[in-house]
Amino acid sequence: MWDMDAARAALPVVLSGFGVTLLATVLGFAVAVAAGLGIALLGRSRSRWIALPVGALASFVRSTPVMVQLFAAWVLVPGLDALALGVLVLGLHYATYLSEVYRAGIDAVPKGQWEACTALSLPRRRVWRAVVLPQAVRKVLPSLGNYAISMFKETPFLSVIAVDEMVHEANAFGSTHFAYLESFTLAAAVFLIASWPTSLLVRRLEARLAH
Amino acid sequence: MPIETVPGPEKVRFDRVTKRFGDQTVLDGLDLAVAPGERVTLIGPSGSGKTTILRLLMTLERVTDGVVHVDGEPFSHMPSGPGGKLVPADERYLAPRRRRVGMVFQQFNLFPHLSVLANVTEAPRHVLGLDADEAAARARDLLGLVGLADKEDAHPTRLSGGQQQRVAIARALAMRPELLLLDEVTSALDPELVAEVLDVLRDVAAGTDITMLCVTHEMAFARDVSDRLLMFDRGRVLESGPPGKLLDAPEHERTREFLRSIR
Ligand SMILES: Nc1ncnc2c1ncn2[C@@H]1O[C@H](COP(=O)(O)OP(=O)(O)OP(=O)(O)O)[C@@H](O)[C@H]1O
Ligand SMILES: [Mg+2]
Repeated sequence: MWDMDAARAALPVVLSGFGVTLLATVLGFAVAVAAGLGIALLGRSRSRWIALPVGALASFVRSTPVMVQLFAAWVLVPGLDALALGVLVLGLHYATYLSEVYRAGIDAVPKGQWEACTALSLPRRRVWRAVVLPQAVRKVLPSLGNYAISMFKETPFLSVIAVDEMVHEANAFGSTHFAYLESFTLAAAVFLIASWPTSLLVRRLEARLAH
Repeated sequence: MPIETVPGPEKVRFDRVTKRFGDQTVLDGLDLAVAPGERVTLIGPSGSGKTTILRLLMTLERVTDGVVHVDGEPFSHMPSGPGGKLVPADERYLAPRRRRVGMVFQQFNLFPHLSVLANVTEAPRHVLGLDADEAAARARDLLGLVGLADKEDAHPTRLSGGQQQRVAIARALAMRPELLLLDEVTSALDPELVAEVLDVLRDVAAGTDITMLCVTHEMAFARDVSDRLLMFDRGRVLESGPPGKLLDAPEHERTREFLRSIR
């Protein structure tokens, strides 16, 4: 049955785990946003020697479970801090999704925009930086937001490599105090409280960008 | 030794230019010359290759065969190796030459995420290397010329089609092109907005010595600004001449037919 005292004791533990969860999400998503863009751009490289291997590697990462990748990285890269490793793996895993999102955004920029850039003699770099990417990113902002939320909800996977994120902490508390119900309920509640308003925000953003 | 390219009197020369898309031949060994400062209007039925000619000059398409020259220099091609043999131009060769050419599109193609001012200053700043103040001053002059001085902070999507096209004209002029390409720049506009754009172009034609190549169905405008009209048919020049002659006394039945069809 629900034990109020256990819940009260679990709350600070769970919240300290939430700090780690948040940190992992923010850092991981930063990795995903940057690496995803890199993958998208390299995947469009005119050199097939770049585009093909990058594309193949990205599909491989995308189609294998993140949990397996976490274990593999843990074994293959010993000595790295668990949180850092987790952030990198989760970030790179999501980067392979985001690269597809970027790709769709880039493809949605009308041909006329590229042609206007040529007519103005804009250098390639400037075309990407000032014209194509700003429009592409704007189009996919809601998708990026949705991926951020789903990444947030997948951070518990990091517990398999002993990152002390929220679910890991809830689990530890539950086992030492035999209060799984309280600690996991609190963790679930925190997830809900954090992601629900965020998803509303994303939906509003979507509506605003739709017209 | 690279071949000497004598700067000829011609701004543009098409030398037996052929353009194919797949197995469709759009331009078939076309010869064409335009003098510096000349205003030439291309007319002709749909699919006759008018847009293709402008797109070749803007380097949006590549020739299949033949050579395009600008200012007496190869443009579609570049001399290469000891014999100066012509090979397709690479980006390094094209970049400085393309700057002399500007284009205004039927669909405006303004940058929707940038303000009107930023649309016009983008290329002067990042291609010509003007600083922000110089570029803004140049842009404001041009926005004044096209009658949009009060719209510099607006976003293009908030403007009417006629206003957008006038911004696009200012944007092209901001690069100080020597050759300006206009491809049916009023065709996408509501009829009541056509005049404001054509008036701006009349001013540009009267106030500059820019060479202009223009595709339009606005014959009154063509008559006013053109030195010469070229009637195209199936990728060839069917007939050419001063607007008075070509519009009022065309030699070919197909020209008469075409002129009737657009009236
Ligand atoms: N990128 C392309 N791929 C395939 N075919 C093309 C392409 N661009 C043009 N064409 C074809 O080339 C032909 C000539 O096109 P072009 O646009 O030059 O004609 P136009 O004289 O400008 O006609 P319009 O008055 O309709 O604008 C058309 O049949 C068109 O379908
Ligand atoms: Mg056309």
